[in-house]
Amino acid sequence: MLSYTLKRLIQGLITVWFIATATFLAMHAVPGDPLSGAKAMTPEIRQNLEEKYGLDKPMSEQYLIYMGNLARGDLGISFTQKNREVNDIIREHFPVSATLGIMAVVFAGLGGTLFGALTALYRNKWPDTVIMIVVILGISVPSFVFAAFAQLAMVKINGAIGFSLLPVAGWGSVSHIIMPALVLGLGTMAYLTRLMRSSMLEIISSDYIRTANAKGLPPTRIFLKHEMRNAVMPVVTVLGPAIAAITTGSFVVELVFAIPGLGRYFVQAVQQLDYTVIMGTTVFFGAFLVLMVILVDLLYGFIDPRVRVS
Amino acid sequence: MTALSMASGSTALKAGVDAESRTITVSIDTEPPQLDGSMTADSISAFVLGHVMEGLLRKDENNQLVAGVADRWDITESGATFWIRKDAFWSDGKPVTAHDFVFAWRKVVDPASASEYANIMSPILNADKINSGKIPVATLGVQAVGDRELRVQFVKPVPYFDQLMAFNIFYPIREDFFNSTNGRYASSADTLLYNGPFKMTKWVHGAHIRMEKNPLYWDRDIVEVSAIDIPYFTTDPSARINLFRDRQIALTPIAQENLEEAQLLGWNIKSFVDGTVYYIEFNHRDGRITKNRNFRKALQYALNSKIEVNKVIKIPGYRPGKSLFPIWLDGANDKLRKEYPAIEFIHDQAKAREYLEAAKKELGLKTIPPIMLLSGDSPLSNKVAEYYQDTLKRQLGLEVRIDSQIFKQRLAKMLAGDFDIVMTGWGPDYADPLTFGDLFMAGNVNNRGNYSSAAYDRQVRIAQNSTDPVIRAAAFGMLQQIIFDDAVILPEYERAQLYTVDPKITGVVRRVIGADPDFTYVKFAEE
Amino acid sequence: MADQQVSASILSDPALQLGAFEPMKSELRVQTLTRPSLSYWQDAWQRLKANKRAILSLYIIIAMLLFTLLGPMVWRVDPAEQDLLQVSSAPGAERSAIIVAPYSAWGILEAPKSADMQSNQAPAHSDTLAPSEAANITGLQLAETATTQQVRLEWQSMAGAADFAVYRNLVKPTGPGTFGLPLGTTGSGEVRRYEDLLDLRPGRFFYSVVAMDTTGGELPQSITLQVKVVNAITLEEAADRQLIKPGETRELGSQVNFALHPMGTDYLGRDMLARLMQGARVSLFIGIAAPVLFVLFGIVYGSVAGFIGGRADQLMMRFADFVVALPFLLFMILFKIAFGIGPGESGIIPLIVAMVILLWPATARLVRGQILQVREEAYVNAARLLGAKTGYLVLRHMIPNTMGVILVTLTFAIPSAIFTEAFLSFIGMGVAAPTASWGSMSNDGIKSMLTHPHELFFPALMISITVLAFNLLGDGLRDALDAKMRSRE
Repeated sequence: MLSYTLKRLIQGLITVWFIATATFLAMHAVPGDPLSGAKAMTPEIRQNLEEKYGLDKPMSEQYLIYMGNLARGDLGISFTQKNREVNDIIREHFPVSATLGIMAVVFAGLGGTLFGALTALYRNKWPDTVIMIVVILGISVPSFVFAAFAQLAMVKINGAIGFSLLPVAGWGSVSHIIMPALVLGLGTMAYLTRLMRSSMLEIISSDYIRTANAKGLPPTRIFLKHEMRNAVMPVVTVLGPAIAAITTGSFVVELVFAIPGLGRYFVQAVQQLDYTVIMGTTVFFGAFLVLMVILVDLLYGFIDPRVRVS
Repeated sequence: MTALSMASGSTALKAGVDAESRTITVSIDTEPPQLDGSMTADSISAFVLGHVMEGLLRKDENNQLVAGVADRWDITESGATFWIRKDAFWSDGKPVTAHDFVFAWRKVVDPASASEYANIMSPILNADKINSGKIPVATLGVQAVGDRELRVQFVKPVPYFDQLMAFNIFYPIREDFFNSTNGRYASSADTLLYNGPFKMTKWVHGAHIRMEKNPLYWDRDIVEVSAIDIPYFTTDPSARINLFRDRQIALTPIAQENLEEAQLLGWNIKSFVDGTVYYIEFNHRDGRITKNRNFRKALQYALNSKIEVNKVIKIPGYRPGKSLFPIWLDGANDKLRKEYPAIEFIHDQAKAREYLEAAKKELGLKTIPPIMLLSGDSPLSNKVAEYYQDTLKRQLGLEVRIDSQIFKQRLAKMLAGDFDIVMTGWGPDYADPLTFGDLFMAGNVNNRGNYSSAAYDRQVRIAQNSTDPVIRAAAFGMLQQIIFDDAVILPEYERAQLYTVDPKITGVVRRVIGADPDFTYVKFAEE
Repeated sequence: MADQQVSASILSDPALQLGAFEPMKSELRVQTLTRPSLSYWQDAWQRLKANKRAILSLYIIIAMLLFTLLGPMVWRVDPAEQDLLQVSSAPGAERSAIIVAPYSAWGILEAPKSADMQSNQAPAHSDTLAPSEAANITGLQLAETATTQQVRLEWQSMAGAADFAVYRNLVKPTGPGTFGLPLGTTGSGEVRRYEDLLDLRPGRFFYSVVAMDTTGGELPQSITLQVKVVNAITLEEAADRQLIKPGETRELGSQVNFALHPMGTDYLGRDMLARLMQGARVSLFIGIAAPVLFVLFGIVYGSVAGFIGGRADQLMMRFADFVVALPFLLFMILFKIAFGIGPGESGIIPLIVAMVILLWPATARLVRGQILQVREEAYVNAARLLGAKTGYLVLRHMIPNTMGVILVTLTFAIPSAIFTEAFLSFIGMGVAAPTASWGSMSNDGIKSMLTHPHELFFPALMISITVLAFNLLGDGLRDALDAKMRSRE
């Protein structure tokens, strides 16, 4: 187990290095640069700026300097927020996104497994239809529509009852997390519901479940120990990357609910071609994603004994 | 959890206006990119800096230039002298001196600082040479004579120099404090020194800013607000409106789609002309169809900015574009556009077609090849671009291809001149028509279309070199005429912003240049 | 013991004597089939047909395809044609309009009708009166019929007013600060008329005129007028839009009806129905082609990795991680440049290729996970012992058992692809304006969600129906293809 984990970690490091290099190359291949602004600069000012940021050096040199810094854990200073180090940006904003993301995934995971199992058990009866409709809505309506609706609904409710039940936007207390996490997790929950349902349906009709039923085991035990445990595999597969995806995809929710998370930086950095923030966030998320995948693979072996990967 | 305690205190669902504690809560678009005033001029940073710091002069609640750190000043053709008041103090108790201005201004032109706005110092003697690295920083034409007198020498007469003094680039920075921060100046609330009506007491990056009344400010008696709290960082228009609806913030811009509701809710809708002019810029480089004057005139007669503003943009307050010079600029004795009204003409389809035929003949083309329209980077500009595409097709039979790019790629294309027509705009750097006038001078880096005309340059030079307001106004009038005759650009609109303010406060000042919105002069309504 | 007891009781039965049995003739009896033999696919198709919901979804999909392909031939309206007279009109909006003369600049203001008492007053008198004490503004009226072409107001002059501000509201103002939209100012106290051209719609509005002082502040004097605005159109415009026959003339003031738009119009007055049809082609094509392709690739990749296992599996999965971690937007921009899409050109194929290149890992990982599970099943070992080759095992045994997961992913990838296309058209990939796609129509519709919901509702509805149909079909397919369900129905 330990040697396996170690091997995976080393592989992860190499993967992250590849990610960093590919991103670096892509970044410089795209036209535009972090220094250009809506108001053009005179050549002298531009020259001064390029020297200050080291952008006048040849690309290979810039690459080596960056990699050297990266190895030491120095991600540089942002081009758009001139006095902030990228390390600080990540350190201060990632916990916010992570909190939001984890809550969303917990919600999605719990809701998804539960509803998926329900639709499988009550197949073609009314709970199945109702949940199906909600799921269809959940995936065919984009998240920014939900976010806008949710916020509007909160405003109307607050107005109707006369005091603020839940905050409309902002961050800082538990009540600030509820609405955004719900909206963020909705899409994933819909997906997990369907996955779980499909997986459950197959399991329910399988032979060993029939045997268990025939043996006379209590239905709850069959459900939890046999059906759920086996059906939850695809959900687990998806969960790892889902956490990573949700934390990066929280951009819209962070914008609408004024949440100081990292998702916004991720998207805005590409639009502003803020080299250091692009590299920093990509490398960071890459590492995070790789870690999640390793965890999931370890979890596989734990849940399904047949899959103890060598 | 640190994640939650970040921005703690912002959560207590506060009111946008708390009359008891005299606190106002507002939202801000993004984290201020740079609070070192010598390095930036973006509007977010200017908003914060304009509240916590002050320059030699300041703008009052009627946008008039009044005394700031300097209580007396004298501007001549060759230079300016400012006398610093006795009771101007930094937030740590030490007095503001002339040396602080010298240090700050030298920092701006120092090539090692690489300040993007160094060229605004061009009127000052030796500024440009220093910035190119040719001569040392100490030769800058500004000196402190004792602690209380500041002397400036000009390269040539600058009629608008006093206007510049309210701009954050010219704010003072104290040398010993700057050195004590060890390169971390303006990175947190502690690494900044304040001499304005407010001081920053809290700065959680990207999450929370709090500014409280500065007890050491010389004019503190006029400041009624005790604190400005900013716990919301978002650019989403509906988030802001929802926050306002929920009474969490004191001011919000109103987007076009919320206008109906604003009327039904009885909000006091205000309009503010934000001073920017948007126009269609042609590419005057060789090889481009748009270099042909007849072609440009054809478009000028086909595209009606009145229709554009009234039927496509539909935001009250937007003025149909008539001139490069916006309506708020001052002329010699009255507004520039009153002394030299914009050229009125009838949009005539027949005439437009005539011009097009003339263009075709001159270019020797049977049909015009597709035109590349580089659209702007706001959601509104895509709408307008589609409108142009359809109008030009219907009226002139032209095929227009819309090139939609994100910000940086669009800038790269503009720089490279890779467009036929681009939708762009300009916001003023200082309150004088020259900031718009010199845009299309040959060699100006912002002259993206590479327009070049001796007549145009001549008028710009007149405006640059004269101090007589009448002569200058006449020059600007001529420029306006040339722009119309030659169809250098096609003005689209002058932008406005609709907004509303919590009725519990009055005195919010909107500025074209400087801290906008400005809460220094806010008064709380009597109960 | 029990057997012996039974045989004893049988043997003692008088009917069972040795001569009671005769040997049977031997017959070659071939096993009779009680029903025709079905192959796997025939069986699946039968079960699919029996599934009502799946059949319903098939009908929906066929209807959708007809809508896309044949629709434009039936509803012959140009989806790109803008009509600024009918911007954002909901289905069923007011369509009748009156014919008016073409717009001409407002003429010179004649001398006011009532000889101004103010103008006869001694100047000293009006100087000593503070502006706020002066008599109120009077005589606010329409200079002519208020139409959507222009609304012209005029009023009497007022001493002490340096300027007039004009407002328009949907509801009646109740005092200062509730006048509504600030339309503009007249520019001076001498000018006492105003022409409103801003976003004029038919209906009832309240126009207010407020006096202003020399510093630009508002005075308490104001006056309000209720105005009814009617739709207007010029003869030329009516002829342009084929509302009247060519050469036909109508009198000014006579009525004509605007063109019918059964689903309303969008923010530039373009017909929604035509745009939906055009958008269907783009969205359905991208929404089906891209997911099918990248899911297919993911299946192949994932099953190979899962089956082979070991080092190759590790390498392949690490490569998948690498692809997922790349910043999507950045690489899309890169692809756009790499494929050399010119400005304003529709880059649909490059978009699909780019999406396939970046989106296959999720499916691959899922499939691999399933394969890892299925690989250990008894029947796989059995088949292998019987001599089955790898390819046969994977195709015939493993993949059908992962169908459930694959179908779910596929059906979810469809709306995701549609919205990704909408998102990317804003960097210039995907379709170029004025071509529509359901995703970009939804994007545009969000902005006016509150005031003109139909702009968001219809494209979103289309997407939802498509997604629903494919989901039901996916469900039905999974039920049909799942061999274990065979004996259950």
